[in-house]
Parts: sequence; C-alpha cells; structure tokens
Amino acid sequence: MRPRPVAGRLLADRAVRVIMVPAALVGIVVLAWILWEVVSRGAGALSPAFFTTLPAPPGEEGGGLANAIVGTLLMTAIATGIGAPIGLLAGVFLAEFGARSRIATAVRFTTNLLMGTPSIIVGVFVYGVLVLPAGHFSGWAGAIALAIIMLPVVLRTTEDMLRLVPNELRESALALGSPRWKMTLAVVFRAARTGLVTGTLLAVARVSGETAPLLFTSLNSFYWPESLGEPTANLTVTIFNYAMSPYADWQAKAWGASLLITVAVLLVAVLARFTLEGRKGRQW
Amino acid sequence: MRRPEVRSRSRRPETPGSLPAKVSVRGLNFFYGRHQSLFDNTIDIPALRVTAIIGPSGCGKSTHIRVYNRIYELYRDHRAEGEVVMDGENVLAPATNLLTLRKKVGMIFQRPTPFPMTIFENVAYGLRLHYRASRSEISDRVEDALRRAALWDEVQDKLAYGATALSGGQQQRLCIARAIAVEPELILMDEPCSAIDPVATAKIEDLIETLRESYTVVLVTHNMQQAARVSDFTAFFYQGRIVEFGATEQVFQRPEKAETENYITGRFG
Repeated sequence: MRPRPVAGRLLADRAVRVIMVPAALVGIVVLAWILWEVVSRGAGALSPAFFTTLPAPPGEEGGGLANAIVGTLLMTAIATGIGAPIGLLAGVFLAEFGARSRIATAVRFTTNLLMGTPSIIVGVFVYGVLVLPAGHFSGWAGAIALAIIMLPVVLRTTEDMLRLVPNELRESALALGSPRWKMTLAVVFRAARTGLVTGTLLAVARVSGETAPLLFTSLNSFYWPESLGEPTANLTVTIFNYAMSPYADWQAKAWGASLLITVAVLLVAVLARFTLEGRKGRQW
Repeated sequence: MRRPEVRSRSRRPETPGSLPAKVSVRGLNFFYGRHQSLFDNTIDIPALRVTAIIGPSGCGKSTHIRVYNRIYELYRDHRAEGEVVMDGENVLAPATNLLTLRKKVGMIFQRPTPFPMTIFENVAYGLRLHYRASRSEISDRVEDALRRAALWDEVQDKLAYGATALSGGQQQRLCIARAIAVEPELILMDEPCSAIDPVATAKIEDLIETLRESYTVVLVTHNMQQAARVSDFTAFFYQGRIVEFGATEQVFQRPEKAETENYITGRFG
C-alpha cells in the first residue's frame, strides 16, 4: 500500500467549498432582497389608519385595510381550528395505532398527494362543492379551503414528531399498566409537544399567505366581515387586487399588506424556532 | 478471563426446585415474524429471589422476560406460544387483563426512560393509574418509593424539576422507584446497568440487594460479574434455549454443561 497524496484531496475540498458557498449565498441574498423591497416600499403605507379604517373608494386617498386584517385572522383561526385537530388526530392514528394498517398506507399516500396539490386546485374544489351550491362566496368556504391545505402539513409533522419518540418510552408507560390512550396523551404527546406545536405553527404560517384558494372561496370585500356567510375581506386577495390596480395609493397599500404578512409569518416562524430551542438539552 | 467470583449469601445452598415459583414457564416459543428466537423455554423463577439471565448477545434473554408482561405485543409480528403461569394463571391467555398484569410485573429497561415530566410526577404517574388517592397519600407513596429506590436524599429538594435533569444513574433509580411505587410482585430488569457508569451501577446493584427482600427480581445482564454478585439463581441462555439453570454459585463454580463452562470462562460470547 502506498500513501495517497494529500495535495489533490485538499484541492478538491477547496473547489467544492468555492462552489457551495455561493450557492448558499444565493438563497440568503434572494430572501434579503425580498425583505428589503417589502420593507422599503411597504413601511410608508403602515399608518394607524391602515390598521383601523376601512378601504377608501377607488381613486380616493386614505383609508385602511382593517377589514382585511380581521378577515385574514378570522379565516386563519377557523382553518386552524378545523385543520389542526384533524391533522393531529390522524397523525396520532398513523404513528401510534394503525401504523401498518391498510388505512394508514392509504392515508399516507393521499396525504402526500394532497401536500403536492397546487393550492389553486383546492380553491377550485371548494368553489365547486361549497360556493356554487350556496350561490355566493363566503368566509366559511375560505376557511375550509385553508383548512384543507393545512391538514396534510399538520398530519405529516405530527406523525414524524411522534415517530421520533423512542419506543422505550412507550414500553415503559405500558409496562406500568398504562392503557394505550393514556400512554399516548400523558407520555408520548408530552415528549413530542414542542415538535407538535412547531409543526402546527408552521402550517399556520404557510396558510396565512395563501391567495389562490381564497380567490375562489372568500373572494374579497370592502366592508367589515359581519358574517362569514358572505364574501370576506382578506389581506392576500387584497394584495392581488390592489397591486394590479392603476391607483398609486392602492399599490402602496398592497406593499403595506405584503409587509404585514411577511412580518407575521416571520414572527410565527421565529416563535416556532423558539419553542424548538427550548427543547435543547432535554433528552426526550 | 477469570471465573467470576460468587458472593455466597445463603447459609444453606438452595436449588430452584426447593422454593415456591413466582413464575412457571412451560414450553415457551417466541417468533419475530417467521423467525423463531426462543425454543421450548421451561423454567421456574423462585419467588423472593434474584434470578439472573446470562448469555451472549442475541440469545433471547430480553425476549424471554418481555413475555412475562406481554410488552412484546406492542409490535405487530411478535408472537409467543406456550405457558407463562403466574399465581395460577397463564399470562399468555387471551383473557388476561394486561393492566393488572403489568401492575403486578414491573419492568426496568436498558436505557433509563424518565417520562417528560417532573421527578414527582414520574413516580406518581403509575400510582395514579392504579389507585384513587388523595394528594397527601400520593406524595407519601412517592416519598416511600423514592426512599426504597435510595434516591430520596438526592432528589427531595428537586421533586418539581424535570426528570431529565438527573444523571443517568439517578434516572435509572427513578425508573425503579416508579416501578416499585405501584407495588409490583415481580420486577423485570433488562440490562439495567448497560448505559450507566460503574459507580451508578454499584448503587443499582446495592438496590437490587435490598429489593430481593420484598420482590421477585429477574435480571437480564451481559455482565457475568454482575450476575455473580447480585443473583441467587442463574439461567444461561444460548441460541434461544435455556442451557442451564441453577443456584448462581453452582452455575459459576461447577457448571454442568460444557457451553456454560465455555461462556463463563470467556471462551466465547
């Protein structure tokens, strides 16, 4: 055996680094650029009135997007209320109870498909089954479309997080004479809690920026969302409409709304990250 | 390797047959899917004694004790055949109530498995499963269990801390406290010291010594010195069969089978 020369390997190492670093930088630069554009153009539009008043009629200056902010919060909250519990329960079923059953395999497969389904298709689907029969757009339809998008994300992260819990922990709980449901709730859920919270928060963040499914379901409105049975104002469709409009004031408002969503999603992501950090140093 | 030294503790030498059995295993076969890993195991575990199960890796030691509390059933394709009789009832019968069986049979695992809750709640968890008790009764029982597990002095000021803040050895003693809190009759230990340093191991061995006064203990270990130190009886497993079972002293000093002799003197395994 002859020793292999070192110089060649060092050179290869350097070459790979030279290629990798710029690739990583591209990702960061694009994100920073987006943030810069959104902040620099949107910050000016954020006045107290932006958060408290209704939109001004087309062409007029002033007004705000308070109705859209409320609408987005409402629909996201309802979507979370529907999507998160179903996703969690289904995830528990996949990880703890029916892991290798035929239903589980089918659910896993369809979940993967659903995750890959473009959100506009979900919008069209809800349009077909809820909006058309009802005869009008509604906030409920919007919330349900968002819930459908949320469901597979929560389901998958739940299953993945529960699978990270070591089996010895389940065995210990069962060996003490714990029934299975109690083991799941008191021990496995607790062990995975940070992951479950994080997964749900990320799903909320993902859904709060969706536009396409809302275009077909909640549409948009210039008024306060007095009932979710009618078209409901929301930030993303507002951005879509305002950005395409010829009015400079509306365009500025679209940037402001973009900034608001970006900051909100960022906050949720940071919050999720923060709960994950708290996990460090703990064994389970 | 030297033959492990046996600390003789009984005045009169006992044989497994001379004592009442806590568990009587008859013709136990075990399958992982199609693969059979235990063959016709027959053994009487003497009550209120420490029985060690030794043997090379993969010989079925853990598999064997995992049948006693039917914990193997967590996994779909694991299957046991035969009889495991405890207090006159076959544990493997379909009608067995697993919750009461597992109250009677505690288990300690290789790695400490503290639950993600406080030290106090860890011990109280099992108690609350099986007893309706007032807060003060629970806390008395928790203290009692922690004392019996020789952990009280170290944790009495941190009962409200997360259990994972404890060292590995303390965690393992916490698991023992958690197990004895529900008043089991039989305690299964599956290589309880394999993830723990020597000092902590010595503490657990001392603890096993005191446990034998009130509980029947079955200890799976790949550490022959440990088996020799703490057990009254030893079973030698090889390739899923029980090759030899007798008083620890006899098994280590005058094994009847050549395989046992070879394993004990370090010629294989």
